[in-house]
Amino acid sequence: MMRSSQPLTGTNGRRCKEDEKLINATLRPGKRGYIIDTRSLNVAQQARAKGGGFEQEVHYPQWRRIHKCIERFNILQESLIKLVEACNDQSHNMDRWLSKLEASNWLTHIKEILTAACLAAQCIDREGASVLVHGTEGTDSTLQVTSLAQIILDPRCRTIRGFESLVVREWLQAGHPFQQRCAQSAYSNSKQKWEAPVFLLFLDCVWQILRQFPCSFEFNEHFLIMLFEHAYASQFGTFLGNNENERFKLKLPQKTMSLWSWVNRSEELSKFQNPLFEANSLVIWPSVAPQSLQLWEGVFLRWNRPSKFLDEAHEEMINIINYN
Amino acid sequence: VENVRLLDRLSSRKAAVGTLYLTATHVIFVENGSETRKETWVLHSQISSVEKQATTATGCLLLIRCKNFQVIQLVIPQERDCHDVYISLIRLARPVKYEELYCFSFNPKLDKEEREQGWKLVDLNEEYNRMGIPNNCWQISDVNRDYGVCDSYPTEVYVPKSATAHIIVGSSKFRSRRRFPALSYYCKDNNASICRSSQPLSGFSARCLEDEQMLQAIRKANPGSDFLYVVDTRPKLNAMANRATGKGYENEDNYSNIKFQFIGIENIHVMRNSLQKMLEVCELKSPSMSDFLWGLENSGWLKHIKAIMDAGIFIAKAVAEEGVSVLVHCSDGWDRTAQVCSVASLLLDPYYRTMKGFMVLIEKDWVSFGHKFNHRYGNLDGDPKEISPVIDQFIECVWQLMEQFPCAFEFNERFLIHIQHHIYSCQFGNFLCNSQKERRELKIQERTYSLWAHMWKNRADYLNPLYRSDHSQTQGTLHPQMAPCNFLYKFWSGMYNRFEKGLHPRQSVTDYLMAVKEETQQLEEELEVLGERLANLQKSQLNDNKVKSKQQDRSKQFGLSTSNNSLANTPQEYSNDLKSFPSRSPSQEDEDSALILTQDNLKSSDPDLSANSDQESGVEDLSCRSPSGGGCLPSEDSGKDSDEAVFLA
Repeated sequence: MMRSSQPLTGTNGRRCKEDEKLINATLRPGKRGYIIDTRSLNVAQQARAKGGGFEQEVHYPQWRRIHKCIERFNILQESLIKLVEACNDQSHNMDRWLSKLEASNWLTHIKEILTAACLAAQCIDREGASVLVHGTEGTDSTLQVTSLAQIILDPRCRTIRGFESLVVREWLQAGHPFQQRCAQSAYSNSKQKWEAPVFLLFLDCVWQILRQFPCSFEFNEHFLIMLFEHAYASQFGTFLGNNENERFKLKLPQKTMSLWSWVNRSEELSKFQNPLFEANSLVIWPSVAPQSLQLWEGVFLRWNRPSKFLDEAHEEMINIINYN
Repeated sequence: VENVRLLDRLSSRKAAVGTLYLTATHVIFVENGSETRKETWVLHSQISSVEKQATTATGCLLLIRCKNFQVIQLVIPQERDCHDVYISLIRLARPVKYEELYCFSFNPKLDKEEREQGWKLVDLNEEYNRMGIPNNCWQISDVNRDYGVCDSYPTEVYVPKSATAHIIVGSSKFRSRRRFPALSYYCKDNNASICRSSQPLSGFSARCLEDEQMLQAIRKANPGSDFLYVVDTRPKLNAMANRATGKGYENEDNYSNIKFQFIGIENIHVMRNSLQKMLEVCELKSPSMSDFLWGLENSGWLKHIKAIMDAGIFIAKAVAEEGVSVLVHCSDGWDRTAQVCSVASLLLDPYYRTMKGFMVLIEKDWVSFGHKFNHRYGNLDGDPKEISPVIDQFIECVWQLMEQFPCAFEFNERFLIHIQHHIYSCQFGNFLCNSQKERRELKIQERTYSLWAHMWKNRADYLNPLYRSDHSQTQGTLHPQMAPCNFLYKFWSGMYNRFEKGLHPRQSVTDYLMAVKEETQQLEEELEVLGERLANLQKSQLNDNKVKSKQQDRSKQFGLSTSNNSLANTPQEYSNDLKSFPSRSPSQEDEDSALILTQDNLKSSDPDLSANSDQESGVEDLSCRSPSGGGCLPSEDSGKDSDEAVFLA
C-alpha cells in the first residue's frame, strides 16, 4: 500500500513517466493495482483547474481508480461542533437528541472512512493487489485510510507498540499538520480555516473496530482517549508542529520530552492495557452497517455521566482475568 | 416442497437450496448440501406475518416475518406450491384453540414430579414474605378467591390491613375492569409501597366512598408519609378524553392527601406502530447512517423506551428517596402499569436483578396481575389491534440498564433475548392466556412445562460474569440519569437484528469472561484435590523428607518437579480451550427445536475467527474475482459468521 498526494495533471493532461514507473514498480506480476482517491470524481476533476487532478487511465493502464469520497476540513469541524453541542443539550427530549445526532453527521463520516479503509484492505487481502491511496494533499483522509487499513490487516498494529509505531509512521512522519488541525477543538469561537478533527475521527474508527473485536487489541479505550487529548494539548512535544521538518527546525527532540517515553513506562502502560487481549494473527473485518457503529461515549459523553459504573466493570474484568 | 431457495436477506445471490417442510408445529427448511444438512426451524407461534410477493422467473417469493425479529425469504419454484404454503402458513400461524400450540405437544422427557417441581420454582407467596409481608400494615386477602371480585386479578392479593373486604369490593366497582388498588412492591426499610390498579370510573364528577377509603388505607399503611402519589401513566389528553366515557382519573379534591401526576406514555396502538416503523428501518438493504438515524428517530421507539424508564425512575425516587407510597395506573392497569411497576421494582430492589428475582418479577407484575399475553402476543388468532410489544419494551428497558450498569445484573443479554423469544414461542405454558383464571381453567400446569425450570437448568449460559453480589453496584437502588446525553439509549441490534450476526461485535466479552471464570473454577477444584493429596503425602513422608516437602509446598500444582509421578501426571481435566470461545452448551442445543437454526446462531460470537479471513467478500464493482472464488457479498444472516463487506456503494 502506498500513499501520496494528487498528481499534478492539470488541464493539459500532463504526464510524468517517473511517477508511472514508481508506482508500477509496486505492482505484483500479472496483477493490476487500485488507486483509491478519497475525493469524489467531481472534486477530482475540478482539481485539474488548479493544476491538480487524477491519474489518467491512458497513462496508468494497469491501475484501476476508485473514488471513495471522504469529507474534509470545515465540514468535519462543523460536524464535531454540532456533535458536541448535541451532547451538551441537557433537555430530556429524545427526538431532539436523535435529530441533533443525525444532523451532526459524525457517524456518517465514521462510516465513510471505515468503508474506504476496508476497501483498501480488501484489495490487498482479497485481491492480492497493490494499492495507492491519495486525496488532494495526502495529509488527511489519505492517512485515515492507510492507517485503518493496516489495523484491519496487520495484527501487529493492534499491539501497543505496533499502534504507537503506526501513529508515528502514518501520522507524524507522514506529515499530518497537527498544529493546524488540532488548534482549538469544539468550543472555539474563531473558525480556524485549517482546523479539522481528522485524527479524532481516526481514533474513533479505531474504537469502533475495538468495540467489535474486544479481544483483538492490546490497548483499551483509555489509550485512544489519551492520544486524542495529547493531540490537542500536551506537555510532550510529540504532537507539536505540522511535520518532521518543522519539528527538526524547532529542535523539539532536544527541547521537549516524547509522549512515548512516558506512556511506555510500565506503571502508565498498565492503565492502557486491555485485559481481554488475546493475540491473534487474523485479518479483522469490521461491520460498517449503521447498527454496528455507535457514538463514542467515552469521549463525547465523558463529562456528562459518571464513568463509575463502567470503570467498575473494567476493574472487575481485570480481577477475573488476573485471578485466573 | 423441494428445490426451495432460502435467500440471504441482503444479497439475492447467495441462496441455499433445499427442501421445505411444514409440520404441526414448525416450518423447517433443510439445506441440500451433503456434509452440512443445515436446518432452519421456525415455530408457527413465532410467525407474525407471511407475505407472498409477485412471481418472477426464478419462482415465487415468500416472506416470513417472525415475532422474534427473524425475517425469512423463500423462493418457491412453482406458484401453486407457493400459494399452498402461503395458505397453510397463514392458517398454522393463527391457531384457534390453545391445544394447537406447541406447549401441549412439547416433550422434554421429564416425569410428572419434575414438571410439578418446575412450576413451583417461582412462588409468589414466598416473594411477598421476602418483602416482609404480612406485617402489621399489610396482609393477604382472599376476597378474590373465586375470581368473584376481579377475574383478571390473581386469587391472592395483598392489601392494607385496614382495607376490609367491603372496601375492596366497593373500590373494585369503581375501577375499570374491577382492577382495584393492590400491592405490587413493599419497601420494608421505609414502609413505602407501590400499588397498582386501573383507572377510576370517575367520569366528570362521580365519586366512590370505598375507593377513596382504599387510597386512604394505602396512604396510612405508610406512617412515614402524609400523602400518597397517584401516577397516571397516560398522556394527560388521553386520560381527560376518558372522562367522557365515564372513566378518567383521580380528582385531588375528592381524595384526601394525594398528589396526582401524569407521566405520558403512549398507548398500545402507538407502540405497535412505532415498532413497525423501526423494523422497517432494520429491513433497509444498505442504509446510510442518515437513513438509519432518521428512521430510528421517526419511529419514536427510543423515545417510548425512555418514557417508560423515566416513569420507573420517578416512582423509584418517590419510594427510595422521599419515602412516599405510589399508586400507579393507566387505563386498564395491565400494560403501562405493569411496565412501570416492574422497572421501578428493578431499580429499587437488587433481588430483582438476580436471575431468580427477575423470574419472580415477571411472574408477579405480568403473569399474576393479568397482563393479556394472549391478546398482546397473539398466542391465538385474534384482534390485530390488541397486538402490541408491551413486554418487549420492558425487556428492552432492562437491557438499556444493563448497558449502563454492567455489574448490577446477575444475568446477561442472552437471558433477556431467550425470555422474549419464549413469550412468543408458546413452547412453555407460562405466558398463555390472558389471566390466572384462564390458565387454571386450562390446567396449564398439568399439561405444559414451565420456562423458568428450563432456563434455571441452563443458568450457566445466562450469567453475567461481571456480577458479584457483594459489589457496590448490586447493592441498593440504581439511579440512572434521565437526559439522553447522560443516559445513552442505544439501538438494541442484539434483539432487533438478532439473526444478523455480522452486525454484532464478533468477539463476545461475556463469553470470554465466562470461559475464564469456568477455567478458574476448575483450577480451584483441582487445587483443592491436589491440596488434599499433598497433605496426605506429607503425612506419609513427614519423617524422612522434610526438605522435599518444603519444595512441594512451594511448587505449582502442575508440573511439579518432585519425583512423585502421580502428581506430575495428573491429567489436566479442564478444557484447554481458554484461548477459544466456548462451544455450544446444552441449553443452546435445547433451544434448537424452538429457536432457529444452526449452531452458529446460538452463540453470541463465533469461536472460529479464522472464518473471517476466509470469507468471501464482495468487492462488487471490481471485475476481478477474489481468490476464494466468490464474487458475491457475504451472508449477513445465520449460518456463517459474516461481516458486512459492502464497502462499495
